[in-house]
Amino acid sequence: MISMTVNGRRQEFSGDEAMPLLWYLRDELGLTGTKFGCGVSACGACTVHLDGKAVRACVTPVSAVEGRKVITIEGLSKDGSHPVQRAWRAHNVPQCGYCQTGQIMQAAALLEATPKPNDAEIDQAMAGNICRCGTYVRIRAAIRAAAVEA
Amino acid sequence: MNSQSTSMERREFVQLLGAGGLVLAVSLSGCRRLSDALRGAPKAATTSVTPAAYLRLDDTGTVTVICHRSEMGQGIRTSVAMIVADELDADWSQVKVEQALGDEKTYGSQNTDGSRSIRDFYGALREAGATGRALLEAAAAKQWSVPASEVEARQHVVTHRSSGRTLGYGELVATARELPMPGKAAIRLKRPEQFRYIGKDMPSVDMADMISGAALYGMDLRREGMLVAVIARPPVYGGAVKSVDSSAAEKVPGVERVVQLDSAPPPSAFMPLGGVAVLARSTWAALQGRQKLKIDWDHGPHATYDSAVFRTELERSVRRAGKVVRSQGNAARALASASKRLQADYYVPHLSHAQMEPLAALATFENGKCDIWAPTQHPQAARDTVALALKIPVENVRVSVTLLGGGFGRKSKPDFIVEAALLAREVGKPVKVVWTREDDIQHDYFHTVAAQHLEGGLDANGKVTSWLHRTAFPSIMATFVPGTVYAGDGEVGQGITDLPFAVPNLRCENGPAAALTRIGWYRSVINIPHAFAISSFADELAHAAGKDPKGFLLELIGPDRIIDMTKAGLVAKPSNYDRSFEDYPIDTGRYRKVLELVAEKSGWGKPLGSGRGRGIAVHRSFLSYVATVIEVEIKADGTVTIPRVDVAIDAGTVVNPERVRAQMEGATIMGIGNTLYGEITFKEGRPVQSNYTDYRVARIDAAPREFGVHILPSTEQPGGVGEPGVPPVAPALCNAIFSATRRRIRSLPVDKQLAGGIASAR
Repeated sequence: MISMTVNGRRQEFSGDEAMPLLWYLRDELGLTGTKFGCGVSACGACTVHLDGKAVRACVTPVSAVEGRKVITIEGLSKDGSHPVQRAWRAHNVPQCGYCQTGQIMQAAALLEATPKPNDAEIDQAMAGNICRCGTYVRIRAAIRAAAVEA
Repeated sequence: MNSQSTSMERREFVQLLGAGGLVLAVSLSGCRRLSDALRGAPKAATTSVTPAAYLRLDDTGTVTVICHRSEMGQGIRTSVAMIVADELDADWSQVKVEQALGDEKTYGSQNTDGSRSIRDFYGALREAGATGRALLEAAAAKQWSVPASEVEARQHVVTHRSSGRTLGYGELVATARELPMPGKAAIRLKRPEQFRYIGKDMPSVDMADMISGAALYGMDLRREGMLVAVIARPPVYGGAVKSVDSSAAEKVPGVERVVQLDSAPPPSAFMPLGGVAVLARSTWAALQGRQKLKIDWDHGPHATYDSAVFRTELERSVRRAGKVVRSQGNAARALASASKRLQADYYVPHLSHAQMEPLAALATFENGKCDIWAPTQHPQAARDTVALALKIPVENVRVSVTLLGGGFGRKSKPDFIVEAALLAREVGKPVKVVWTREDDIQHDYFHTVAAQHLEGGLDANGKVTSWLHRTAFPSIMATFVPGTVYAGDGEVGQGITDLPFAVPNLRCENGPAAALTRIGWYRSVINIPHAFAISSFADELAHAAGKDPKGFLLELIGPDRIIDMTKAGLVAKPSNYDRSFEDYPIDTGRYRKVLELVAEKSGWGKPLGSGRGRGIAVHRSFLSYVATVIEVEIKADGTVTIPRVDVAIDAGTVVNPERVRAQMEGATIMGIGNTLYGEITFKEGRPVQSNYTDYRVARIDAAPREFGVHILPSTEQPGGVGEPGVPPVAPALCNAIFSATRRRIRSLPVDKQLAGGIASAR
């Protein structure tokens, strides 16, 4: 039995503990805002916060989450009002949108650790998150704006 | 979730034929937007009226725009709503967007490819909105018993001018339902200066869902009792299962069934590849089960496909005379007598779409009817192919379109949807087929691989007097028609036969090339290799002539004129993205204007520091004109970074400039990835690459630090926007690399060609 909190709610899991957190969130909890993109920690679409740090849910086994706190995009804010989400809206960042929840979670973790990142720090922190639509110029601008606002 | 999704499934239209053949429809459960439907039914309206297939008004005042084109990031749900709402003069805050079912009889083509949503439907969508406005005005006039000429609809309110009386749109619906639909003669389209939304920057209607995780893509679909299927497909295109031992797979907890699927022999068109499906109660169990399958494959006729070998064959194909597709003057004689003669070979490898959302589709099959939910660019192809595969009437296939997590052409092929339909019928339960990233890259409809040979002759003044262009690539048609070795007219019409250059002696040829894998269209299609070769070779000629590349391009394009394509020496059938040259002529003045604009905005000609360079390219595709200037900085170790990009586009009338800019940014960045690293290679019949780890795409560090998009103001007919940004990228980038390093890149990707650093590149 694995216990954890997801978006502030206590959850217990008694299945295959080797299953990646990604599938637990999506298939069992119905939290489909965390996306499946590559399955090998190469694209960042599944980024969630584990005890406040950005991790890739696709390579994080449920066993590694015992006793820890998971925040998904659904738990980042109640109403899309997190500074990063507001900046994303102001800069019209998303195109297809599929990777953007992972991008937002990664950016939120970056600003938590580094409130005023420079351009190199932004690129470094976001390099693991692919956007095939190519919204990177706006992602940079939105992160800079969120950093100013926060 | 189950009860809510059931209410969506129960949604139905009562359709009545109204006067003049227009369709009246009453929605019983309101908005069909998937995320809304799954969250809970919105407040139900008592009654509604549908002035056109794309528009419904209800008595709460809600305007529902029905978007029949698929949303994959181009912002079409917003643009369609903007057009209809503008002509309706609706208050934007009361406009909702509903995704249409797959139903081409009602909506016209829903095939969302070829950058054609706006250019094909701009007129029809405006008429839909204007019909609604005329209907509401007629209803108000009737309610007040005044002539319709005395009332005016504006921002969701109809006003009687002389008395000042007003009625909201919702209040007029009951009366509007009783009226005949205004015919074309009774509607008034706005003049452009009256537009409220068209031509203005508008945010996406899906923004809130996309930043909160509520947006629903095909991968996110769930149904009570659903099984998830993952499929082991033949590793080589055209292969099939010889035998399978599924005993270990069936022992994985959660696995319910293992089903063998027939393989369609090449050319397989839109039919699935076959293989062995593992169906389980969870995605994880299905994945685990698939790993435990023991399959003996028959690899079929393409088991020796090898990219290195094939490249030499393609290059051989373009070194000899090919099938002539266009000829003017006498290129051979002019080349022989030229003062200076240049030749160059170019190579562009296979690419994979690698859209962020791997393929996924959900199907149910009950009582001979198949219900599909899928991220498809082409719901009609999905309906037709599912009907064919299940041998049921197409009327018995219903296709609901989710948001697409990227498409780029891959999701216009419904093979993955047919898999879900076949499996749902087989197991009698809802089935969601899930492709992993590896499945997606290994079993793509690959962008073709192309070799090209160009020759050019300059006179004593450095003017181009002759131009020979040979191209050879496996045709997309090979995926549909057996024995295809030559390109289709539409393929050579992407850059070759529509070349706008004022060169008196011109010869374009197509060499044979058989397809040894599944070829498909990829954002901007054959324009990618063709624009790369043409704009690179123009740059090579400019340098050979000792002229500025931008001025040289303008000289090649020649004076402002409409090119008479009936006198252009075309041997291939003229192709103009399915439009006539009368409607969409090749206008060299528009090439000139985008070139001049991008040169001005990019600071073309201004000096740059050491290790830096600018490159320029121009290309017309999908009836729009795009010129791109890329500035590169090459580090000592050969790493390419991009300080600045400028793009100028003339797309004719533009609906949402904000999304046009976004598309130019995105297309350019995708093009940068294609150019710097994009390559799928085949060995022993199968792709070597399988995930983002070995198939590299652009990441944030490849994105330009500064990006300028410059839209030419225009009242011409709308052109395409989704694709035309891609073709100029590769030549502009490689021309910039040449400017910085004197190293000419003729084979893509750039990848490690500069790895020795600038010094060795010189």
